Amino acid sequence: MAAWTDISNIKQKIADSSAEEVTAAYIETIGKSKINGFTTVWDEAINTAREIDSNGHDGPLAGIPIAIKENISTKGLSTTCSSKILQGYVPPYDAHVIERLKEAGAVILGKTNMDEFAMGTSTESSCYGPTFNPWDMSRVPGGSSGGSAAVVAAGEAPISLGSDTGGSVRCPAAYCGVVGLKPTYGCISRYGLISYANSLEQIGPLATTVSDIATIMDVVAGYDSRDSTSINRENNYSDALKDDVKGMKIGVPEEYFGEGIDKDVEKSVWDAISKFEDMGATYEKVSMPHTKYALASYYIIAMSEASSNLARFDGTRYGLRAEGENWHVMASKTRAEGFGTEVKRRILLGTYALSAGYHDKYYLKALKVRTLVKQDFDKALANVDVLMAPTMPASAFKIGEKIEDPLSLYLADVNTVPINLAGVPSISVPCGFVDDMPVGLQIIGKQFDENTIIKAAYCFEQNTNHHTRRPREVA
Amino acid sequence: MVYENPDGVRIGLEVHVQLNKLNTKLFCGCSTKYHDSEPNTHVCPVCLGLPGSLPVINEKAVEYAMKIGLALNCSIVEQTQFHRKNYYYPDLPKGFQTTQYDFPIAGEGKIVIEGEDGERVIGITRAHMEEDPGRLQHMGSIDKSKGTLINYNRSGMTLIEIVSEPDMRSPKEARRYLDKLRSILDYLDVFDGDLEGAMRVDANVSVFMGERVEVKNISSFKGAERALLYEIMRQKNHIRRGGEITLETRHFDEARGVTLSMRTKETENDYRYFPEPDLVPLRVADRVPEILKTLPELPDAKRARFVKEYDIIDMHARALTTEIKVANFYEDVAAKVDPKAAAVWVADILKGELNYRDLNIDAFNVGDIAEIITLVTEEKITESSGVEIIRTILDNGGKPQDIVKEKGLLKVEDDIVAKAVEEAIAENPEAVADFHAGKEKSMNFLVGKVMQKTKGRADAREAREKLIAKLSE
Repeated sequence: MAAWTDISNIKQKIADSSAEEVTAAYIETIGKSKINGFTTVWDEAINTAREIDSNGHDGPLAGIPIAIKENISTKGLSTTCSSKILQGYVPPYDAHVIERLKEAGAVILGKTNMDEFAMGTSTESSCYGPTFNPWDMSRVPGGSSGGSAAVVAAGEAPISLGSDTGGSVRCPAAYCGVVGLKPTYGCISRYGLISYANSLEQIGPLATTVSDIATIMDVVAGYDSRDSTSINRENNYSDALKDDVKGMKIGVPEEYFGEGIDKDVEKSVWDAISKFEDMGATYEKVSMPHTKYALASYYIIAMSEASSNLARFDGTRYGLRAEGENWHVMASKTRAEGFGTEVKRRILLGTYALSAGYHDKYYLKALKVRTLVKQDFDKALANVDVLMAPTMPASAFKIGEKIEDPLSLYLADVNTVPINLAGVPSISVPCGFVDDMPVGLQIIGKQFDENTIIKAAYCFEQNTNHHTRRPREVA
Repeated sequence: MVYENPDGVRIGLEVHVQLNKLNTKLFCGCSTKYHDSEPNTHVCPVCLGLPGSLPVINEKAVEYAMKIGLALNCSIVEQTQFHRKNYYYPDLPKGFQTTQYDFPIAGEGKIVIEGEDGERVIGITRAHMEEDPGRLQHMGSIDKSKGTLINYNRSGMTLIEIVSEPDMRSPKEARRYLDKLRSILDYLDVFDGDLEGAMRVDANVSVFMGERVEVKNISSFKGAERALLYEIMRQKNHIRRGGEITLETRHFDEARGVTLSMRTKETENDYRYFPEPDLVPLRVADRVPEILKTLPELPDAKRARFVKEYDIIDMHARALTTEIKVANFYEDVAAKVDPKAAAVWVADILKGELNYRDLNIDAFNVGDIAEIITLVTEEKITESSGVEIIRTILDNGGKPQDIVKEKGLLKVEDDIVAKAVEEAIAENPEAVADFHAGKEKSMNFLVGKVMQKTKGRADAREAREKLIAKLSE
């Protein structure tokens, strides 16, 4: 019964049977899963669904199951960032988004796999092992929210939450053929999201339809006084679901079609842009000259912040604790045993970039580049409504193909990281297939103008059928 | 007389002040009143640094910090920002301390102290806000400890670090600076200096224009003076023996009164400061006029006003204005009695008696001292009786009137009784002769006469004693 479906379908199913039956069906599907998308199925999920059945609930997500990324704090439910160092850590509090979801009646199914501490593009660096792409089990689902995208693509959950620091929602959405939104920085409270790079990341929803993305946003977005970077601004995202892009001006940044882009991916994206033209939009090529520096800037800033954010994992208060004759030895051993290779690499590089003598050369320079990248967006978006580009330069790569070559992995983020540096919103929607693997179209908007990109994505979805194709592995 | 500073001593102080009068911590809603609580009961995800928690600035803490900055004559920055100071220590739950770096809330300022040779201006380099770490408690002594417990109740308390220029030339000046600082903070009502850990001092000290040495772990003002005296002596001796002073951090061992080397420059920490991404820069300059309005009259201004308004000497004005409570006490007394007399009684006598008993001004009340001063100025009692009443109240309690009666301190009463005694003796020679002849009853007659003459105001027993005394002369 559980399958690739959307919120309105599930609401009908709940009306026909019960929230309990719907949740039970998903749990059964997850039990048979081959993709290793879930890390934990919450034993409270069934009870939550039962309560909704017996007490009734008029929330917008009443009885709707949702999967949550391993780095979003859930009270009473293990939250480990897919890292050995957080084994055994159970948060005593809910993240802001979890509070909102619970109020809306959502049923939290469990937690989803990710790259350790969200540091990756493939979900291979998890301590729980890799998640497999439902379209081709030999391929990665993308990352770092690979579990959140894969379980939606596989019909193991209708919707999910991920987090996007440099593309971590959009990349797996593109690779798994689902919709994923990275909202404007400050749109969704980060309270309870375990930080990787605070100045860049946002929690973002994943779903099979644009309409579901809007529904989730209506629940989880909005001001939270516990996050100082949260913006107090009212918005109704579902209002954007209008099939009309007549007169919309699209900018196509040349730099996002640069060296290393797969020709077929490029073609899919241009086909999509042509489709927009057919629907009454116009496009023009724009230039964003600092794009080529964005990747370097992003990695320096992200690693610098990470080196500090991850300092708290020292075995003293929670999670893994190694034995040692004194505190310093214990903390060092805990970190040596608890962190994986990629995490250690980023902590070391970040520490280096912030160190005396290198701080100005790397960290400060990266901040300056970030400003220039932002200015690129300001200029480009001054003349157009949205920007369109491939989410990823190619479709999902093979498991094990890049994991030994971090630089090639980092390069895969070339089209997603500038968006995080600028803090603008971006949505990835399925726009075609290359060798039976999904391709994502990235639609980028102005600050807090989620509604325009949601509208464009919705319109595209209404007038194409890419989103109706199902993964072979789970069909 | 100009102070020569023969050893070329330069002292700069870094004082950490815990703003324990705030209701909540710097970045979370936890209560600051943890001093009498069980360990780890005033904590939440934020001050425990749990994964995913985020800081939110306490606006009141910003206001207090601005007050302090303005009271120290500091410039207030347009926009202030927090940074992360990265280092590992078990009392630091996030692995970094949220503090301020290149945009401290308060920039250059100054305060005036009573220096070795008169008034001396001490420059303030900056004052910045930061969070207090938790507290380690070793099970047993530090070298034999079986383990260490961590109490995070203190974690996240608001600290203001006030950094001075190296403008002090002796441990005495350093002490005066600390006293003055405490006095100003006391006026601002931002902290309770009596609570444990309310003020902590690090000192930078050099001699003969040499390298500076930082002395940490000074827990009291007295300790600061001792640590500095020791450190100056150590540096001088070291140089005399042909040694060289190099940049280093030393630890003050309070029990032994010595400083011990902790680390040299080569092993100095690199704190890898960078802006705290979870807090947005804070525009504060606009709030200066509004905060200035809330600033109370400060010790120097009050002292000048006391001299002018009450016509008292500067020494008294200084003594009366060090603590705001004493200043307010004095003004209340001065409203009731002669301000000059009040100054002498409060500044010289009462403060001395309080200090002797380690009590503060709360131990005495305005009405009582005013009454005592009135009794003295109206010459109803002697000055030494006045002092005796103060001592009695402090030691045993009671009200001045009762004590005067109990102890028979009234001068006027004494005179009347003495006069009546003399008259009774002179007018009744027979009774006197009878008394000398051993007729006890004649004494009752004489006492009756005294009582008659004093219209009953004399105490019969007292009259008897005085008669006996007189007749025995």
